[in-house]
Amino acid sequence: MDMNTVILMLAATVAAAVPLIFAALGELVVEKSGVLNLGVEGMMIVGALFAFIVAAETGQLWLAAMVGALAGASMALIFGFITLSLMANQVATGLALTIFGVGLSAFIGQGYTSVALDGLKELSIPGLSALPIVGKLFFAYNILVYLALAAFIAVAWFLYKSRAGLILRAVGESPSSAHALGYRVIRIRYLAVLFGGAMAGLGGAYLSLAYTPLWAEGMTAGRGWIALALVVFATWRPGRVLMGALLFGGVTIAQFHVQGLGVEIPSQFLSMLPYMATIVVLVLISRDAGVVRLNAPASLGQPWHNELH
Amino acid sequence: MIRLEPRPEPSRAMVYLSPLLAMALMLVVGMIVFTLLGQPPLKAFHAFFVEPINDWYGFGELLIKASPLALIALGLAVGFRANIWNIGAEGQLTMGALAAGGMALWLQDSTGVWILLPLMFIAGALGGMLWASIPALLRTRFNTSEILVSLMLVYVAGFILSWLIHGSWRDPDGYGFPQSKMFESNALLLILIEGTRVHAGVLITVVALMLAGVFFRWSLTAFQMRVAGLAPKAALYAGFKQKKTVWIGLLAGGAAAGLAGTAEVAGPIGQLLMPISPGYGFAAIIVAFVGRLHPLGILLASLLMALLYLGGESAQMQLGLPAAVSGVFQGMLLFFLLATDVLIQFRVRWVGKTSVGAA
Repeated sequence: MDMNTVILMLAATVAAAVPLIFAALGELVVEKSGVLNLGVEGMMIVGALFAFIVAAETGQLWLAAMVGALAGASMALIFGFITLSLMANQVATGLALTIFGVGLSAFIGQGYTSVALDGLKELSIPGLSALPIVGKLFFAYNILVYLALAAFIAVAWFLYKSRAGLILRAVGESPSSAHALGYRVIRIRYLAVLFGGAMAGLGGAYLSLAYTPLWAEGMTAGRGWIALALVVFATWRPGRVLMGALLFGGVTIAQFHVQGLGVEIPSQFLSMLPYMATIVVLVLISRDAGVVRLNAPASLGQPWHNELH
Repeated sequence: MIRLEPRPEPSRAMVYLSPLLAMALMLVVGMIVFTLLGQPPLKAFHAFFVEPINDWYGFGELLIKASPLALIALGLAVGFRANIWNIGAEGQLTMGALAAGGMALWLQDSTGVWILLPLMFIAGALGGMLWASIPALLRTRFNTSEILVSLMLVYVAGFILSWLIHGSWRDPDGYGFPQSKMFESNALLLILIEGTRVHAGVLITVVALMLAGVFFRWSLTAFQMRVAGLAPKAALYAGFKQKKTVWIGLLAGGAAAGLAGTAEVAGPIGQLLMPISPGYGFAAIIVAFVGRLHPLGILLASLLMALLYLGGESAQMQLGLPAAVSGVFQGMLLFFLLATDVLIQFRVRWVGKTSVGAA
């Protein structure tokens, strides 16, 4: 392999990692507040569809990305209402959100399956994008890629360096104590859930606006679920979420290059790779029960209501 | 202003009423959606919920769609009762269908129907169980989330099926289409009702419903698993085996999904192709919840969900709406159920503005 191919592969890895970075960072914040939302896949695909529709109808890609985030947040609001205000089981509600989102997007999106879109273009930064090697590696992505990176820095700062992040983590560790200290547990959890939805929606928007600028039923292909696995794999730490997403981006890209190397493997087995890799990393991380128990927010997945405590 | 107030005791009545309430809400919202789409609501209602089953053939279609839904939901209910979340029944169904279909392709030229069909169902159940044993093993051995593993395996199963019907199992005379040979009659289920597609696989669901009724009501294992779900600590102190609960919870779902997959390929489909199921494995999760994890409830819920599938197809033909509208209705149904379930533990109180501030 020559240098050029390696650089192209690395750049493709970053591009494939971006939807996972968005969705997993969002879910990380949600889970840090003590809420487990399994509906990432549903929020993501609804975000992808609505972003695509706006882009196809108006041509405004920025507006489209924002609408994608908004669509994801709207889905999250349904989840928040049922689990936070009505205290329903979070696992079941998250599943319902995914089933609903997949159905809703297939229903609304039917008229858009053959629409072509001019996707989001790579930036061209004068003086930088044209540089050898570094130009392609760092300065020639579309704007959403940089937004994902900015989101990573913002989330890491928020969780560990800001007062609000400290409160959010306290709510996730012990909602009753946080409540006793006068913090509005339910409101904080609502905000976290909405943020998670917006991020999943952005991840979806990136898919339908930039990664593969088209709409296809089920186009998120399990990325929302992989994002959920990434949060566990990362033991709820933003830095590891980023690393994990890049790792999965690499696995996704590897499947396209293995055949190019002359290895005779049926394409279906290569397509399985990201899903198999998810299982493998989950096993590796959960093998040591202590690691998960120490790092998972203590109240994760448990309903809480101030009438009950 | 609305406030929720804990009930001193959970309401028994609401346990049974909330699924009905959820159904009513789904209908109301569905009618509003139809109206917004410019369809006269009554005509849409008729096309969606009446038209599909106003003759024998349609009624038969209802049965053959309800059958896999109820069967899988029963299997999943075994696990759900113990908080074992197998959400990969769709993949287990695919693997069951694959194992049964492989058996048919291998033996249909040399074996009679009375040997071949039972072999197919055994292979199907084992195929589904094999696929469910992966999350069970990883959960009991490495404490890995069965939710994520079982879901990932849905995609893997789909790729295995795709590989086989694009490759060695492809019908050589099939003009290159990715599908297997049609099964011979000795690998096909008997039609039970003339003029419909109701096949003998429905009987398996009927037997499963009765068996589950007995199992849930009287078996010690089922009781232990229920306790493990409702009060995990109590189950631990009582010495109930946690690993056994995980294994039974997942294998029951796998076996049921595998049998359902077998009945699909040996029944209405008659060959291996993609996809084998229109999402029965996922819809069965809704059936299990709406049916309150109880056999009778699951039977009723499976009929309702089957009607939603048929309604989607009918709405496509009659009203020109995408058939995917079924999925929207199914998702809404589960949302409304989960939302109205709050009424089991809580009572709704209307309170004045001032007392809200005090609360």
